[in-house]
Amino acid sequence: MKRNLTATVLLVGSLVLTTACSGTGGSSAAKEKEATFPAGGDVSYSKYGDYPQTTTKDVEGPCSWHATSAKDYSGVTLKVISHAVPVLGEPTVLHAKQFSELTGAKVDVVNVPFGELYQKLITPLQAGQPAYDVMFYPSLWIGDMAPYLEPVPQQYLDTAGMKDVTKAFMDVATWDGKVVQYPVDGDRHYLKVRTDLLTDPKNMADYKAETGDDLRVPTTWSEYQQVAEFLTGRKGAQGEAVFGSAEVTKRDDLTFSAFISRAAAYAKHPDAKGGFFFDAETMEPLINTPGWVKALDDFVAIAPSLPPGGTNFGLGDEILSFGGGQAAMSYSWDDAFIQAQQPDSPIRNEVAAAQLPGTDEVWNPETGQWDKQPNQAAYFTWGWTSAVAGSSKNTEAAFDFLCFFSNEANTALDLQIGRFGINPYRNAHFDAAFWEEQGWSAEAATSYVETLADMETNPNRVFDLRVPGVNQYMSSLATGVAAAMAGQKSSQEALDGVAQEWKAITEQVGKDEVQAAYRNVVKLENGEG
Amino acid sequence: MTALRRYKVLFLAPGLLTLFLIIIFPLLFTVRVAFSSWNVASPQMDWNAGANFVRMVHDGRFWSSVLHLVVLAGGTVLVEYVIGFALALAVWREVRGRRLLRVLFLVPMMTTPVVMAAVWQMMFHESLGPVNDLLGRIGIAPVPWLTSPGPAYVALMTVEIWQWTPFMMLLMLAGLLSLPREPFMAAAIDGAGPLRTFRRVTFPLLAPVSVTALIIRLIEASKMSDTVYVLTSGGPGSATETPGYYLYIRGLKEQQTGYAGSLSLTYLVLMIVALTIISALLVRAFRSQEELR
Repeated sequence: MKRNLTATVLLVGSLVLTTACSGTGGSSAAKEKEATFPAGGDVSYSKYGDYPQTTTKDVEGPCSWHATSAKDYSGVTLKVISHAVPVLGEPTVLHAKQFSELTGAKVDVVNVPFGELYQKLITPLQAGQPAYDVMFYPSLWIGDMAPYLEPVPQQYLDTAGMKDVTKAFMDVATWDGKVVQYPVDGDRHYLKVRTDLLTDPKNMADYKAETGDDLRVPTTWSEYQQVAEFLTGRKGAQGEAVFGSAEVTKRDDLTFSAFISRAAAYAKHPDAKGGFFFDAETMEPLINTPGWVKALDDFVAIAPSLPPGGTNFGLGDEILSFGGGQAAMSYSWDDAFIQAQQPDSPIRNEVAAAQLPGTDEVWNPETGQWDKQPNQAAYFTWGWTSAVAGSSKNTEAAFDFLCFFSNEANTALDLQIGRFGINPYRNAHFDAAFWEEQGWSAEAATSYVETLADMETNPNRVFDLRVPGVNQYMSSLATGVAAAMAGQKSSQEALDGVAQEWKAITEQVGKDEVQAAYRNVVKLENGEG
Repeated sequence: MTALRRYKVLFLAPGLLTLFLIIIFPLLFTVRVAFSSWNVASPQMDWNAGANFVRMVHDGRFWSSVLHLVVLAGGTVLVEYVIGFALALAVWREVRGRRLLRVLFLVPMMTTPVVMAAVWQMMFHESLGPVNDLLGRIGIAPVPWLTSPGPAYVALMTVEIWQWTPFMMLLMLAGLLSLPREPFMAAAIDGAGPLRTFRRVTFPLLAPVSVTALIIRLIEASKMSDTVYVLTSGGPGSATETPGYYLYIRGLKEQQTGYAGSLSLTYLVLMIVALTIISALLVRAFRSQEELR
């Protein structure tokens, strides 16, 4: 009897505690109130801190400032986890504050460094704890996250802003036919070059004399290597020493993404529909096939053309090296290009964007042979995304927050602030005029938007390995690449080791589960997503 | 139960409970996790009958990281001991600004390790950092501090030594200040010079403190991972990977919870055994010094 009583008390106590800790303890359905923000009013961040004075018009729709200000979420607390300030973390904090002002909701934002984000997200999700309502994270984790996410309700999918998201990024947000991630950013890898160096008459003449070729934006990786070698050691306009290339090479930074960029054209055959990372039928890794090995040979060979310390560059180093004018070329996310286009940049409007270099031959995994044909592939690498936890008690408020976060007015301003890490993901963003208004030259703006837009129509596409355990696969890949770059192993040995590890990881995570997820990746690559 | 005994239990209980919650429970939990295949795709406490330990035996990367740690920790602690002892001797005597110097020497220890590692990363930056700049001014070619194994070791050890030598100095200074004056007076009367006094009196008298200081620092250094994380990320390749950093990769980054549990248990046992042996050897070495006296 006594034991029963104790058990009952404990049960009731834990229920009370659980309810108390779960946030609001009630429905988050919005009450209507009179809108406090005028329809079509001016939106500016200037009152929130050190932001550009730029204003933009609120665009009517269910996610607009006006519509959001007509919702009353007073008494609701949203728990949000995001990356550390400033990249993504700063816009999260800013929009949380704005959302709170407009709706009366309390929005608690936790900013977490990248290295801890995965663990902070996945542990409570696996334990079934409603730790966060809204989560911001890299989109390639979808394979691990999807089981715990609330699908985006139809009314949000029907908004004009969502309908304008490009197909590639809607594909990125989709899992098993359901949109489970709310697009807030678009990322891809592309080439950036300093046009002042490529159009310098002396450089052009010397390059012609030395190689017999015209100095231009490289279209193949071998040309990239040749141009990088040529430009290393030459002087810029201010007499500064220039290095050929800046690349992300630090092992536990984002080297795996850089390497995938280099491998895409060698190993993604446009006619081979069976997978880029694995053979989707057998789940045999393709990571040690000749296309990948050749790419790693190239990655190793570029070392003498990197700036000092360039074989240990993280993304931040790469951004500063190209954006600051130290390196003549680079390829990765938008950030280095945006950095180069900052008003105080020494190379502002002296840069151009282009799709990733291609190759003169491509490995065909179906025939097991090199095909002598020009090839190029667009790499839609991971970017930031957001989602609402399935365990959230505040789903409506959570989706309204994401809807507001990514509304047209906010995004137009976010895109202009390089440190926010928000990059074009809607068709409307591929408008050169928008960038020219920010002081970009017509050439720089045009090359930028055309590069991004062309990638959308590129039929040969590579996406990240969006399967459960992706961090293990990528960590293993980065370790292999680093071993080759450090001279500890040959490219083939390093990637053979990675392939062995990938087999073990697949067995460990569950072959069926990985294979099912990987088939979705292959569908994306084949444009069937 | 007598009243006295009841009171004892009552007073001890909070401490014991806290101890259980923060040490014993996590340890037991880790033991259990180490025998499961818990990973990101399968977060469950199943039983895999030691498969993680079998995998660990064949994991060359883990054993290499242990070797890297032996070099890094052993090297840094030895240098810290020598410099720390020298600094303690310097501020032990009546020198001008002694109090100020004592405080200044402690500053590195008060700073956050990750922050200091980030500052040192900039110092060792191969194109922007002041270290290569200074070397260039005296005609020495730029050193690939973070991209070549040898210099990367030197860089890591420099940061650790810079940060933790004050701790060594503090312990040695405390030991020096507690020494009796009589042996020094006797040595002076016998005509012993400074070197002889140090070798025959100061050093042997400080043997117990030295052993304690070395062991404490070895325990701390064996956990080296934050400096590695910031400075080299275990690179180039995996040349500077330490067990602490490798555990972070496997356990937290890749969420291989079960395997990381087995690694951490093995690492714990290795450290306990190694430090016990080192401690015994140090005691024996210092005792023989004392006997020489």
